[in-house]
Amino acid sequence: MLSIKNLKAGIEDKEILKGFNLEVKAGEVHAIMGPNGSGKSTLASVLAGREDYAVTDGSVQFLKKDLLEMSPEDRAREGLFLAFQYPVEIPGVSNINFLKTALAEIRQYKGLPPMEAKDFLKRVKEKQALVELQVSLANRSVNEGFSGGEKKRNEIFQMAMLEPVLAILDETDSGLDIDALRIVANGVNKLRAPERAFIVITHYQRLLEYIVPDFVHVMYNGRIVKSGTKELALELEEKGYDWIKKELGETIEA
Amino acid sequence: MAKENQILEEITGGEYKYGFSTDIETETAAIGLSEDTIRFISNKKQEPSWMLEARLKAYRYWLTLEEPKHWPHLSYPTINYQDIIYYAAPKKQQQLSSLNEVDPELLRTFEKLGISLEEQKRLSGVQSTIAIDAVIDSVSVKTTFKETLAEKGIIFCSFSEAVQEHPELVKQYMGSMVPYTDNFFAALNAAVFSDGSFCYIPKGVRCPMELSTYFRINTSGTGQFERTLIIADEGSYVSYLEGCTAPMRDENQLHAAVVEIVAQKNAEVKYSTVQNWYPGDKNGKGGIYNFVTKRGICAGDNSKISWTQVETGSAITWKYPSVILKGNNSVGEFYSVAVTNNKQQADTGTKMTHLGKNTRSTIVSKGISAGFSNNSYRGLVRIAKGASNARNHSQCDSLLMSDTCGAHTFPYIEIKDKSAIVEHEATTSKIGEDQLFYCRQRGIDAEKAVALIVNGYCKEVLNQLPMEFAVEAQKLLAVSLEGSVG
Repeated sequence: MLSIKNLKAGIEDKEILKGFNLEVKAGEVHAIMGPNGSGKSTLASVLAGREDYAVTDGSVQFLKKDLLEMSPEDRAREGLFLAFQYPVEIPGVSNINFLKTALAEIRQYKGLPPMEAKDFLKRVKEKQALVELQVSLANRSVNEGFSGGEKKRNEIFQMAMLEPVLAILDETDSGLDIDALRIVANGVNKLRAPERAFIVITHYQRLLEYIVPDFVHVMYNGRIVKSGTKELALELEEKGYDWIKKELGETIEA
Repeated sequence: MAKENQILEEITGGEYKYGFSTDIETETAAIGLSEDTIRFISNKKQEPSWMLEARLKAYRYWLTLEEPKHWPHLSYPTINYQDIIYYAAPKKQQQLSSLNEVDPELLRTFEKLGISLEEQKRLSGVQSTIAIDAVIDSVSVKTTFKETLAEKGIIFCSFSEAVQEHPELVKQYMGSMVPYTDNFFAALNAAVFSDGSFCYIPKGVRCPMELSTYFRINTSGTGQFERTLIIADEGSYVSYLEGCTAPMRDENQLHAAVVEIVAQKNAEVKYSTVQNWYPGDKNGKGGIYNFVTKRGICAGDNSKISWTQVETGSAITWKYPSVILKGNNSVGEFYSVAVTNNKQQADTGTKMTHLGKNTRSTIVSKGISAGFSNNSYRGLVRIAKGASNARNHSQCDSLLMSDTCGAHTFPYIEIKDKSAIVEHEATTSKIGEDQLFYCRQRGIDAEKAVALIVNGYCKEVLNQLPMEFAVEAQKLLAVSLEGSVG
């Protein structure tokens, strides 16, 4: 569903992604790990279409379409969802209103009429339960006054509501305590489906104990330097990122 | 929500929707201003001599004044007051007794503006409707629901009619809040005002429907100078709405109005405005110069006056709806959203003057500037000696939509009583790229995202508006800011 080939991108004159490759098929969960500054969040931003980043080379196919040609909203409407590392507050706009608007836009893009109020509310109720989000939070302004954990849970709630084809979780585990982490992970697990794929960006192996990935990739210096199965995450946890750096140094030298 | 989406859909595509002009036969005064012009207006209205005298007095005073060009944060070419037509009226205007006598072209005009001058039959008093006084150029063409209101003793009519029918009330109250000596534009208005609305709510009556005046400038080269007087007698309540539009023209047209409100003991008046005068084009050509003086007095104990305004129109806005809190325990409120885009300029705010004991005032001002516009909040909170336990809370927020616009805040606070508690909060923020991107990542395009964010930002104020008006205001905000985010 997603095919990233030799992607190069950066901000201003600084190249951050330096030839990134990744293939993601429906139903798969890919974890991307890596030390700070390796380009993980940049990857998420570039895929979502943040305009601060300039793509200089490479291609990204999403559902057989050229993703890089699309506006951020069209990418979302095609089914790409980004759970933000730092969710934004929108004062005065209720979560529910926000989601209704988003859902209506996505449906309109697909040539569907807006959802019936009854069905919408049913979905809200159902998905709220999924991430154990308080009813009052759904009615509050988007992320305004939410705790860090509530913001992250709200991201997963939004994801559940919008039912994306590809969800990218950008360090969703950062700043979560163990209970919140479990709730968020549970939410994600319940959303796993044969037609849906996930890219889970994380710094720590901890999250992957709950969301078990099909593949683990280690990102360093703007590209994937090592890929494997979930065992790779454990090995990383044990040996630290220096192990990768060392190994890499050796290969470069050899 | 479906409704909200529909609104959002409607707004994409429209620039200034009300920019058409109507071809109606109009009778106008000769261009320019002199004592003859004033006699002409007064004569047209068959006014009693005391009214003419009051006009002339104001005019002579006005001649001694200078336009206030120094203190407002506005810049515009000097207005040539001899280059304005001070009176324009649709010709077919004599004493209308039924709607059938109104020029059909005029009816169509108001229909196009989405305003019905037909009195829909009400179902056993369940629905609340809106009574409308429609003012085009210099005269009121029709006031609806007059009879229904009269049953409760409520007087709702054009100002001219009030001068004829209720001279004692007009004499007693006109100029008591805004005397002709108040300022340059108030003096000009007192000299040449041509019409407006008059409203009296008797003791203990809660007005059963919203009262509304709709102002429309139609004729080229004219100015509109209307006057509104609202008197809420003891224990009464009224909610009043004001709307305004004008055709798109290359010229600048002057609108200098005066609104006066009196709230007696235990009375409450809620005054809401959606100001949508033609703002001029992208390059700042044309548009209305809007110089308005609005003031209310909480004359009796426990009275309340609340101003809510959504200002999206006019090339220039100069306007400070104020409250004099004279009665003990009286309450004054000012809720404002002012949007400026392109080359628009607004200098707007309020004055809260605390005289009575235990008086409270609240100011919530939301300024939104886009394009090359300038948006200023100017407010005065004055607490007089002896006004013990007065409280004020002011909040002034500015939202910037571009790097080329300006937002300014000029708060003045004068406290002469030690027991006063006055708070002032101000914030300035730029519409967040992060907020926009967040919305877009959820499938909402940039224009709609701006509308959503701005409406959220103004929610506190929009919530103060009556339902129909709030919907209208939301649409307007979105239209006004179209194309403001690249």
